[in-house]
This record gives sequence, structure tokens and C-alpha cells, in this order.
Amino acid sequence: MSAVTADRLPKKPNYRGRRIIGEALAISLGVILAIWTLAPIYNMVMVALESHNDVFSTSIWPTDPSPYSFWIVFTEGYWYLEYFWHQYANSIYIGFWTVFLTLWIGSMVSYSIGRMRIKHGWLLTNAALLTYLVPASFLAIPFYRMMQSYGLGNNVWSIIAVEVTFATPYAIFIFQQYGRSIPLELDEAARIDGASPLQVYFRVYLPLMAPALVAVGTYALLLAWNEYLYQFLLLSNKRSMTVPVALAQFLNSDESPWNYMMATSIVYAVPPVIIYYLFRGRMTAGLTMGGVKG
Amino acid sequence: MASASVIDVGGLQAGRRSLFARLRGGLQGSEYAWALAFCVPYVGVFIAFVVFPVIYGLWLGHSPALYVELMNDPIYQQTVVNTILYLVIGVNLKMFLALLLSGFFMRKSWWAKGLLMVYVLPWAVPALPTFISIHWMLNTEWGLINNVIWDTFHADGPGWLDTSRWLALGSVIVTYIWKNMPFWTVILLAGRMAIPQELYEAAEVDGATGLRRFVHVSFPLMANLYLVCTLLSTIFTLGDFNTAYFISGGGPALSTHVLATLGIRDAFEIARPQLGVAAVLSALPLMIPLVILLMHKLRTSEVQL
Repeated sequence: MSAVTADRLPKKPNYRGRRIIGEALAISLGVILAIWTLAPIYNMVMVALESHNDVFSTSIWPTDPSPYSFWIVFTEGYWYLEYFWHQYANSIYIGFWTVFLTLWIGSMVSYSIGRMRIKHGWLLTNAALLTYLVPASFLAIPFYRMMQSYGLGNNVWSIIAVEVTFATPYAIFIFQQYGRSIPLELDEAARIDGASPLQVYFRVYLPLMAPALVAVGTYALLLAWNEYLYQFLLLSNKRSMTVPVALAQFLNSDESPWNYMMATSIVYAVPPVIIYYLFRGRMTAGLTMGGVKG
Repeated sequence: MASASVIDVGGLQAGRRSLFARLRGGLQGSEYAWALAFCVPYVGVFIAFVVFPVIYGLWLGHSPALYVELMNDPIYQQTVVNTILYLVIGVNLKMFLALLLSGFFMRKSWWAKGLLMVYVLPWAVPALPTFISIHWMLNTEWGLINNVIWDTFHADGPGWLDTSRWLALGSVIVTYIWKNMPFWTVILLAGRMAIPQELYEAAEVDGATGLRRFVHVSFPLMANLYLVCTLLSTIFTLGDFNTAYFISGGGPALSTHVLATLGIRDAFEIARPQLGVAAVLSALPLMIPLVILLMHKLRTSEVQL
């Protein structure tokens, strides 16, 4: 330690001046970044706290902030918000089933490919990879017509089908990557003790995969919560639609009550943000594993 | 003779067993059935919701006349230019800034760690609410940006979304960068953190600091990761519908559509699904090489750090 200090001692004064300038530059960059990041979110909160007249003014902060718009949203007190809680429940329903089915289908197929080493499993891995690379929006038109001909228009299950289709490839990646860190001997030991493949799946594989399940579950939920195009195309009935579709309808109407719209946006955005921050560490680990190492 | 026949039969059985074993990948009877059963749900989803729509889409857009019509359509021509600009400028600017910022977030100080938590917000917040918010910020008369311009310079800001094609397209690209840069910064940050510290120490001993350290140590080690991320991001961006749709909505005068939004417009607003599918399929010459390259990269090269 002392040797290092002694070694660097002569250069120190030179470094200090530079370090202060460097730190000052870094802090100013940080401030710019914070403003850049928060401006749209600030705008959302500001407009939500304003009254209708204040929205159409040149002020850049709310002159008379009040939570009135949130009250309107919570009590469905505006004709566009007639079915707000119903639509919110639809979003939650879609999110829940997307997470559940993605984890179920993804973990089963990964177990079969990665642990039981089914022959030609690589074909399935490639199929998943290919799906991961096909932009979802490019399949929207044929998918829409297909669902209409099955009579699944205005049915939330058609949306769940889409979200699961586009979330499972990612799940398969992550599960296979993560599964490699679990020794196969554990499965074999359980098999020798007389466990069936199903028991190994439930009692050995799934518990050990818990961190990957959390990462993929969060991903699937955010995917379903973020998705707009399919929900817009397939859900047109006020009672079957989800919050994003209702929000976009708001936007396209002649008189847009921006304060109600922004309040609705915030109410819709808060749950995924909380979930994201709760599982942030796992999500990031999962994303770097899947998005980068394939 | 007897012993020879026994051997023959044995050989035959062994041959058969190994043939079956090869087909089943070494799994036996009930195990194989389980392994197959575990794949059934995914195979079902893949056939019903990927293979079938893809074939149906190719069939819908198979007529060459559609492509002739598209080529002669000035809106389509503009859309192709927009899409290329969106991909080239949007993706590359975003990835480059993300690369620089990932270096910034390597700082050990407490405020840099706190800032990172704030910085990832655009990625955590659902797309639609923020896009609607940005759409309103860009409003000519009452939007936040023009209000700030008015308050500081006492001048009228431009009509971001409804006067000029380039301003509107620029707004779409900037919004796209705002939304997606945090995600890729986090990915590249993880890539940087995986670089062993000893390498930097060795480089420092050899006299490489600052920019030279980046050029000779960090970047060569991250080049493959950066390339994979850029290619992946290009393909995701090609399919990006929400940004253009909610920021400019294709306006002014249909001049800022990208292929993803034009396809939907053709199919649903002017009720010509075949034309919409053709618009989307016209991206295949770009998509197919990208997909092949990425499948190869993602499968074979574990990114070495």
C-alpha cells in the first residue's frame, strides 16, 4: 500500500486538479442526463395535476396542483373512463395468463431440450430463435384475419396467445442458459431414487430455476403491459379492451382531456415500474444473459 | 453355427436398439414419451401462431402486382427513406451514445449509482403513457417544449409535428432514443463490467489511459457484443410500430410513416390487407440477411469477454 502511494506521490498534485475538473464535468453530464430522462415523466405528472384550463396555458409547472384528475379516473367520472376498472382488470388478466403460460410452456420445453436432451431439440431452439427475430408487428395483419375467422375477435385470449407466442422464445433462451449452471447429476440422482421425469421437473428443476423464472416472468409481464398493436386491432369493444387501447382512443378523440389522460397513464404505469424495480437485479442479469450471449 | 447365429441375432438387436436409441436421443420408452409431451405445448404455439400466420402472410402478399403498385406510390417511397433513416440514424446514434454512457456509469460514486436507477426509468415505464406524454410535449401551442422556448427566449417554437417532415421524423427518432437507450446502456455496462480489471491495470502499466485505454482495451473486447447488439436492435427497430404511430402518427401528410405503420395503415385504414402485407414483406431483403447473420452469431459465438 505504502509502496503504491510512494510511487504515485510525485504525480499527485497534477492528478488532483484534473480529477476536480473531471468530476465537475461528470456531474454536469449527470444533470443533463437526469433532465433528459425525467422531462417526459415530469410532463406526465404536471399535466395530470393541472386543471383543464391550466393544461392549455404556457406555464411550465402546475399553477394550482390538485389530484382531481386522479379522483375522476378512480371513480370513472368521465364518459371515456366509463369502464376504466374493467379495462384495468383486462390488462391484469392478460398479464397474469401471459406470465403463467410463458413460464409453463417455456420451462417444459427447456426441460425437455436441456435436461432430458431430446433428439433434435436444437430444431426447437432454432425455432425459438427465429421467432425472437421476427418483429411481432409484421405478423399483425395475417394474425388479425386468422383470429377473426376463428371468431376470437374481442376475446382477450387472442391477445394472451400473441403475448405468449412472443415471450416464450426469450423464456427458452434464458432457461437453457441458466439451466447449464445446474449440474445434470442432480437430475440423475433423483432418477436413480425412482423419481419420474414429471417429478424431477417439479421437485428438482423448477425450484432450482426460481431466479430465471422470476426474470422471465417480469419480462413477460412488461411485454404484455407494453404491447399495443395487437390489443388495438383485436379488442374494439369497450368492455373487452385494455387500458392502452382506451388511452389511444382518448388521444384520437376530438376533445382530448389531457389531464385525465395523463392521470390514467400514471395509474397504468405505476405497477410495472414497481415490479421492475423490485426485480431489477434479476431482470438485468437475465437480459444480459439472453440478449447478449444468446 | 449356433453360436454364429446367436451373435448375428445379438448384432441385429444391438443395431436396432442403437437405431431407436439414436432416434430417441438415448431416452427410453416412457421417458421419451415424457420428453415429447413436454415439447407439445411449445410446438403447438409455434405452429398455430408463428408458422401459420407467416404462411398466410406470404400467401396474402404473393401477387407481384402489389409490389409494382407500391413502387409507384410516392407515400411508399417516402416510407422506405424514412425507415432507412430511422434505422441508420436511430439505431447507430443510440448504440453509440449507449456505449459512451456505459463508460460513464462505470463510475463508482454514489450519485452515479443513483442516477443509473433514474436513467433506466424510460425502459421501465410502459411505452404508451410516455409516448402520449411526449406527443403532448411537442404540441405547438401548449406543449412543454415550446413553453420552455417561450419562457426563456420569448420566441415561438416550431411546429414539431405538424409543419415539417424532417422535424416530425426527428422527433420520432429522438423519442426512440429516449425510450431505448437505457436498455442497451445496461447491456453494454454489463459487458464492460465483465472485462477483467487486470487488463486495465496491465494497460495502465504500459501507459494506456483515457481514450487510448478505450480504443485498445475496452473496444476490441466489446466489439463483438456491440455488433450483435446493433444487429439485434436493427431488427427490433424495423418492427417498431408504437414510436412512429404515437409521436407523429405518420403525419404531416403521411410523410413520416415507417414500414411497420404503413402496413397497418394500408391494411386497416384503407382496408387493403394484401397491400399492407406487401409493404411489410418488402422489408424481407433486409430482414433475411440480418436474421441469418444473427442466428449464426447468437448460436455459435458466446460473446467472449
